[in-house]
Amino acid sequence: MKKSKYSLLLTLTLVLSVFLAACGGGNSADKGDKKSDGAKTSNVAQEIKVLSRSEIPTLDSVKTTDEIGFNVLNSINEGLYTADKDGSSVPALVDGEPKVSEDGKTVTFKLVDAKWSNGDPVTANDFVYAWQRAIDPATASEYGPYMMNGKIAGAQEITDAAVAKKEFDLNTLGIKALDEKTLEVKFEKVLPYWKDLMAFPTFYPQNEKFVKEKGDAYASNAENLLSNGAFKITSWNGPTATEWTLEKNDNYREAKAVSLKKITFNVVKDNNAQVNAFEGGEADITDILASDLVPQYQGDERMVSSLQPSVFWVKMNYKNAALANVHIREAIAKAFNKEDIAASILNNGSIAANYFVPKQFVSTPDGKDFREKNGDLIVFNAKEAKAAWEKGLADLGIDKLELRYLGGDTDSAKKVDEYIKNQLETNLPGLKVNLESVPFAIRLDRAKAGNYDLLHSGWGPDYPDAMTFADLWLTDGPNNEMTYSSAKYDGLIKKAEEVAANQEEYVSTLQEAERVFLAEDYGVAPTYQKADNILINTKVKGLVALPFGPNYSYKWITVEE
Amino acid sequence: MARYITKRFIYMLITLFVIASLTFFLMKLIPGTPFSAAGKLSPDQLQIMKDKYGLDQPVAVQYAQYIGGLFKGDLGISFQFNNVPVTQLLIERIQPSLQLGFQAIFFGTIIGIVLGVISALRQNTWVDYGATFIAVLGKSIPNFVFAGVMQYYIGVKLGWLPVLFWKGWDYTIMPTIALAMFPIAITARFMRTEMIDVLGSDYITLAKAKGASSLEVAFKHGLRNALIPVITVLGPLAVSLMTGSLVIEQIFAIPGIGEQFVKSITVNDYSVIMGTTLLFSFMFVVIILVVDILYGVIDPRIRLSGGKK
Repeated sequence: MKKSKYSLLLTLTLVLSVFLAACGGGNSADKGDKKSDGAKTSNVAQEIKVLSRSEIPTLDSVKTTDEIGFNVLNSINEGLYTADKDGSSVPALVDGEPKVSEDGKTVTFKLVDAKWSNGDPVTANDFVYAWQRAIDPATASEYGPYMMNGKIAGAQEITDAAVAKKEFDLNTLGIKALDEKTLEVKFEKVLPYWKDLMAFPTFYPQNEKFVKEKGDAYASNAENLLSNGAFKITSWNGPTATEWTLEKNDNYREAKAVSLKKITFNVVKDNNAQVNAFEGGEADITDILASDLVPQYQGDERMVSSLQPSVFWVKMNYKNAALANVHIREAIAKAFNKEDIAASILNNGSIAANYFVPKQFVSTPDGKDFREKNGDLIVFNAKEAKAAWEKGLADLGIDKLELRYLGGDTDSAKKVDEYIKNQLETNLPGLKVNLESVPFAIRLDRAKAGNYDLLHSGWGPDYPDAMTFADLWLTDGPNNEMTYSSAKYDGLIKKAEEVAANQEEYVSTLQEAERVFLAEDYGVAPTYQKADNILINTKVKGLVALPFGPNYSYKWITVEE
Repeated sequence: MARYITKRFIYMLITLFVIASLTFFLMKLIPGTPFSAAGKLSPDQLQIMKDKYGLDQPVAVQYAQYIGGLFKGDLGISFQFNNVPVTQLLIERIQPSLQLGFQAIFFGTIIGIVLGVISALRQNTWVDYGATFIAVLGKSIPNFVFAGVMQYYIGVKLGWLPVLFWKGWDYTIMPTIALAMFPIAITARFMRTEMIDVLGSDYITLAKAKGASSLEVAFKHGLRNALIPVITVLGPLAVSLMTGSLVIEQIFAIPGIGEQFVKSITVNDYSVIMGTTLLFSFMFVVIILVVDILYGVIDPRIRLSGGKK
């Protein structure tokens, strides 16, 4: 018996050493052993291999909700506008500057001559058809109503009628084809960011004849799709496919600017396997790396990091009497070290957030970052936290408090949540935090039901407007299940909407609203702003990271020797 | 025998029906919706989606509809894969899993039996210790460690085998080895113990006395008896291997069903949860039946109820 115990120990030691050796070996030291191509050819094949973390759920542009789908759509299709190399929205199918009405709510677009991959011209009606499909309850699109309601005239009314099971007319949606090449769009209100909205895949055109002809089969595989973008999809067996290919579209209006001939995508769900595939030469670009893999590539030129406009925070539920107390909220918001979370726990380029409108997200009319004026609104300060905590406890007449903390169940979410729990309990004497780590769908459900005391969650925007963050906290807002309610805050948001035509006032009103919500009310406890990291072959140049919808654009990629 | 199988077949159907019903109601207890952008939708927008897919009807009505569909062979549609029929998804995804699982169990069992028999015949020699060492390795190290180490050293560093993907027979080698380690270990251990036990029994002594060679004794007389417990373990093990290994499939990017099963639960893809559960249960009850029948074949002393009186 003794013998077998020793052999087990020996085994474990051996295996552990092999495993550790494997972990240590994966960094930049072995960069040199790439296959060398003996004779150098002057013409490098303009082809790349890209890894995807999941399948494409759908390529029906009005139904897509995920980054993988948006990435492909952005490559094979184009809307009125498109993201440029710097992420800004520039005309795509629009010919020159459109005509904007005096009240700023109606825009008339002239379309350029562009063709679908079946040879049909892209017409104004293609837009009308796609948009109506997106809002039509029969399509059951999630992003259609989400992107249009409150923004495109008539959208909200159609949703309301559908919920009340009343009649509605899709032609009441604020989009009209004045002729083949002229499109008129009516917005619900002045939208400072309408160009970016028009670049979003939900607003892409669809060829009515083609979609109707294909019926249910539309967008079900590569043959049942039409392209009008830089690439066309040449192989894709449908939503369950784990491999797909894009090839250059020679009919694209700017085909000359595209040098990449072929992109092959493969689904690899395991992050370590993605890195192994990359190191083994099976891929030129990986998908987003899990944060535990990032440190080993720190300083490696093959890793590209991009700060995302997604911000995370701990929501505090006002239905809990203790959390309705502003001092308690202040204490919690100031009691954990965010710099540590960003630098030590996440360690992937994420930064501490002392705000809710992210950095590098929107600019003021004078070209400065929205953040500059307000700066840091809630900073970690254990002393102030403790002082506020004691005040709060005295207000409530208690000396102990127990709170339920709802967090995610991924590895990095668990680590961050454990750390916050620990910091809160250390810096706020008498506080006990019960951490519950649950899967996303359950967290969402409990969040919607307001079934938590503290909730770690976040928001990733779909268009560059501070309002997409600011209106989260409106009284009775759909995302304000924590029941924050402030007449002052509501008033500021309403005012911002009214003055939207005047960008300067609009931005400064929203900045003031952010200050009130965080620095006065301690509405939420911001934690961090996320960064994404990928690995990319050094021969592949010109990959562009985009802030909304699609996260990467492959249009400008060239492969060098 | 025919009567026995018919009876068992009817039991099988009842078992599956009970499993389907239980899973359905348990599944409906999971909070959340199957809609990917649910976090961004207003209650009204969510309502439209639920209306469209009949998710706001009473659970009893949904249950009746589901079971009704089941009898017509309709497993419903997947939410995460934009309305792809579940049947299509299952057929596509089970194939790599079946192949991988079969290869692992096939090679695993053969190697395991050989190792076990050798250990038993050369008890307490270095051969035995070597085989024990391999068995302990296989049983105590999780297969994803094998998979990761192999992928890195054999695939990335040495470049002998494809790092990942599922595009030809050479792509199946590393995942098969990783997955076969456990069956090798289990079979080898059981085989060794049973063989030692069997080799000590009277009829083996008799066989030896009649002049049979030791190899003949081991394989002709010993093996058959020693196999019974191995088969008992192998049945369920085979099913669990063929229904896909979540980790191995993810590491080698194999489009199998193991990963699908777990994911469908976390994203509330109701029809896929039901479809995979039913498929797995079906395979399980079939394998158990096959194992029961095999007992009788291997050891005629085991009589099946309903068989010859």
